[in-house]
Amino acid sequence: MRRLLWTAVAAVALALPLLLGNSFYLHILAGAYITAIAVYGLNVILGWTGLLNLGHAAFFGIGAYGVALLETRLGWSFWPALAAGCLAAMLLGFAVGLIGLRTRGNYFAIFTAAIGVMIATVFTNWQDLTGGNIGIVNIAPPSIGPYALDNDVAKYYLVVAALALAILICTLVRRSLVGRTFLAIADNESLARATGIDVARTKLVAFVLSTFLAGFAGGIFAMYQGNLDPGSSGLDITFEQLLYLVIGGIGTLAGPLLGTLVLVAVSELLQGIQQYRFLIFGPLLVLLVIFFPRGIVGVFDRLVAPKLRGRPVGPVGDAEAALR
Amino acid sequence: MHLFFQELINGLVVGSLYALVALGLALVYGTMGIPNFAHGHLYMLGAYVAFFGVTVAHIGYWPALLLAVAVLAALGVLLERVVFRPLRSAPEVNAIIAAVGVLFFLQTLAQIWFGADFRVLPTPYDHVVHLGGFVATQQQLVVIAAAAVLMVLLFLFLKRTLVGATIEAVAQNRAGAALVGIDTDRVSMLVFGISAGLAAAAATLIASISLISPTMGFSVILKAFAVIVLGGMGSIPGAIVGAFILAFAESFGGTYVSTSYQDVIAFAVLAIILAVKPTGLFAKGT
Repeated sequence: MRRLLWTAVAAVALALPLLLGNSFYLHILAGAYITAIAVYGLNVILGWTGLLNLGHAAFFGIGAYGVALLETRLGWSFWPALAAGCLAAMLLGFAVGLIGLRTRGNYFAIFTAAIGVMIATVFTNWQDLTGGNIGIVNIAPPSIGPYALDNDVAKYYLVVAALALAILICTLVRRSLVGRTFLAIADNESLARATGIDVARTKLVAFVLSTFLAGFAGGIFAMYQGNLDPGSSGLDITFEQLLYLVIGGIGTLAGPLLGTLVLVAVSELLQGIQQYRFLIFGPLLVLLVIFFPRGIVGVFDRLVAPKLRGRPVGPVGDAEAALR
Repeated sequence: MHLFFQELINGLVVGSLYALVALGLALVYGTMGIPNFAHGHLYMLGAYVAFFGVTVAHIGYWPALLLAVAVLAALGVLLERVVFRPLRSAPEVNAIIAAVGVLFFLQTLAQIWFGADFRVLPTPYDHVVHLGGFVATQQQLVVIAAAAVLMVLLFLFLKRTLVGATIEAVAQNRAGAALVGIDTDRVSMLVFGISAGLAAAAATLIASISLISPTMGFSVILKAFAVIVLGGMGSIPGAIVGAFILAFAESFGGTYVSTSYQDVIAFAVLAIILAVKPTGLFAKGT
């Protein structure tokens, strides 16, 4: 059932460029997919281990600036630059995690917020390197062999492939033993420790994976846009990604994509009053976190799925859903 | 030497501001364990209430300050009741997420109502005072004095009144406080009210020196978190000491090291402290 659903989603994503002649919608969609990759990263650390990284957008920025700088300053081509950008985000994630994960709960959120704002400030102020608020322009499009991916449709497919890869990684990790230890920690840290799980190392693995996905999304973003400025790395961007995740469903596999697509679509529908969308989204976030902490997917699992299959409602159903 | 005194005054003004904002944050964290990321936006709203009190309603400077404190205190109480109380038994991060929702709402509301323009609160204290060789504006001295008075009043309230003692009791042990008959829900609302009221007072005082805008809450909230981590989360004296340490580090660091990275000092201090001591300096127990 789920596999069928994912296949359908993939088919629609692949067919859309043929159906939509208008490249504007394609552009919006590609942007949403890229954001969704970053939101998957946030889901790994918040949804699976219960830690809130408020510097997430800064790791996105590390990947993005990595690609942009290596391409424009050193003349690297896209693929090695993307690999280096991801590696940079992971290395920084490792260092920040090593220090930050010694703190717990709320301290971790505050610590990562501080790290994130520092990184964004460096992007803005190190003008010789990053071009300050103007940023970096003319990032060359990638190529596969002799074919340059320099048109919107080709770039769109590249973004779809990147998103598919991110979802695949999340699915495989989630089903692996490591993925289950993540959930064990989120559920009950003391109990997890008592059963012999190395909690510190597991959290670090989750954090590095989450920063990898952020950096990966950032690298794809720099490629897709062709230009880059520090606005992509601020605390407000992390907050927005958090909003997408909570609305889609924290800790679920479909949540990040669903939340991002729904909110980007709603934002587009609200044209003209788009800047006021947070007047609705803000209170919505509060209501969801109080009444439906597992977002749209949680609502579906709790209200719709049991009726479809006669599964029990309540904690048992939730735990099963979490392991699917 | 002249520059040194100028930075000393600036440090005192900014330190007073940070102290008032951080005190509210520390009170809420100390009694409820909630890191209220929307606190900076309550501060922002307080500045606007005072601004319209002075420029539209023409009620004068100090009544406008009182109005801002009253309005924001009421909003703080409302937030506790509607947003944070239902989340008391939820995982810690849920309260942060809810605060982010409140923050989005308040910032957009401010952008719609007040526009993105920068404004300055008119003050009756716009003269320059000469203090043996160096100069300060009257408003700077007003900020320092008013903040000191507020801090003393808060201290007396917490230490010398019965209601203050109930706040302290809830901070020490919520369940124990409830057992001896303290209405902990009422204390929570009271604490949120005081916290938001202090933020409004701080915002009104500083709004004649720096600019009012819908995004003014963002930078202040992170500074305030740096302060309370520095001072030990939830510690009142720690918040005051931390505020002045950070303010002096910024004003002297900005003058003698680098202005473009002045704002980073707070976050670097915060990160280093948490790296060395993950529970924060002067933390009460663990």
